[in-house]
Amino acid sequence: MLSLLREIFSYSFLVRALIVGSLVALCAALLGVSLVLKRYSMIGDGLSHVGFGALSIAMAMNAAPLAVAIPVVILAAFLLLRISQNSRLGGDSAIALIASASLAAGVLVTSLTSGLNADVYSYMFGSILAMSAEDVYLSLALAAVVLLLFVVFYNRIFAITFDESFARATGTRVSRYNLLIALLTALTIVIGMRIMGTMLISGLIIFPALTAMRVCRSFRGVVLTSAIISVFSFLAGMVLSYVMRTPAGASIVVVNALLFCLFALIGKLAKR
Amino acid sequence: MKENGTENDVLIRCKGLTLGYETGVVLTDVNFDVHAGDYVCIVGENGSGKSTLIKALLGLLPPRSGEIAFSGVSAREIGYLPQQTALQKDFPASVYEVVLSGCANSLGRTPFYGKAQHARAAENLARLGIADLAKTSYRTLSGGQQQRVLLARALCATTKLLLLDEPVAALDPIATNDLYALIRRLNREEGITILMVSHDISCALHDATHVLQLSDRGVVFFGTAAAYRKSPIGARFLRCACAADYPRIQFGVWEEE
Repeated sequence: MLSLLREIFSYSFLVRALIVGSLVALCAALLGVSLVLKRYSMIGDGLSHVGFGALSIAMAMNAAPLAVAIPVVILAAFLLLRISQNSRLGGDSAIALIASASLAAGVLVTSLTSGLNADVYSYMFGSILAMSAEDVYLSLALAAVVLLLFVVFYNRIFAITFDESFARATGTRVSRYNLLIALLTALTIVIGMRIMGTMLISGLIIFPALTAMRVCRSFRGVVLTSAIISVFSFLAGMVLSYVMRTPAGASIVVVNALLFCLFALIGKLAKR
Repeated sequence: MKENGTENDVLIRCKGLTLGYETGVVLTDVNFDVHAGDYVCIVGENGSGKSTLIKALLGLLPPRSGEIAFSGVSAREIGYLPQQTALQKDFPASVYEVVLSGCANSLGRTPFYGKAQHARAAENLARLGIADLAKTSYRTLSGGQQQRVLLARALCATTKLLLLDEPVAALDPIATNDLYALIRRLNREEGITILMVSHDISCALHDATHVLQLSDRGVVFFGTAAAYRKSPIGARFLRCACAADYPRIQFGVWEEE
């Protein structure tokens, strides 16, 4: 085991992926608790598809992928939040519309220009080779911001997650905090989706929170447990992917799914 | 319109209030005063504008015309008990976390709760007899206990005024009576002013000092509960409501205490 870890740490691209990935996993877990409890889980999925569209178009235009994807996904996050809050279309179907439309746009643009090559494949299912030194700094900054904001606004995030109408009535600027959560989610998704893949990044947001909710009784417990679960699953998934030579994103989500089953079982047994 | 009380202890004064959304006017020319210590029951059919009035009182819907004047209390310091959402019923939070979140309006610019706020949460838990539930998960409680927790949270946000939106909507008769008894105690013994929206007219009969009835885009009755019982509007509304409540009268559920 030790020699395996030493081997993994000898590849600098793997070390980069580990740093970026664990930080993204941590952020995703914290944001995920609020998103899942507010029934906004699908926003993560929608945003990752928008991200795919943006990345493909950026690639076709030979532009820097993150410079295009970050603003587009942030914009989409605000839009999706708006739609799911007050829309006659219905939040879930609106998200599905936007998601499939941007996925289709991405696929079309790529097939017309470079063709569906290995790069597109790696956007779909993730690649640990994709992380540059620049990404490491970016994810460090993101994680610092998310952690800081989450700690500073923890009590308000709890208040608006538990009961928006009460929070609004007692003077909390609910829509401002919702925007903040959407913004941070957008950033987390754009940075994380290149390791995890478009199809799998939302698992990183949804699974840890749901797993923690199987056994934890308090909000604080859910937050801390999901953070630990998320980072653990990421690291375990990476090791699994290295040993089995499987794609990282899928391996991480499988570890998450197994943990979910385990916690669901523990929750059931504890209730008896 | 107001029989007892003086000008000095007016907590809320609504004057010539018109409320509405982009789609149209919901309430026009609403006038009433709430005095400290009152127990006002707001009744009316579905769609008569009760929720709109609540939004305006909470400062979430600016009036189209007229004004709501608060004295000695601000819109932020209303202890609000909203209707429960489906989302809350299985929310993983401890009772203490929920009650403490009522102190959010006194956070100001500081991020964390201080000693005073923790003391306040503990005090309100004890006040409502749920101190032993502090560490229990909110989602494992019964409907009546959940309402108690939310009431304790509302009391963390206020010292004077509670605004309750259909507090007994999802409760069984026993829990309903418990909650009414609790609200009555807060009103009579601790002098907390109560504004309660209810479908359940029995509270208007039993505990309220005043009744505000909304219908057809305006106030059709505002006055004391005693006057309401004698008025033709009240008599008609009560007759319908009492027919629905007949079994409870029959079995003496109202005869508690």
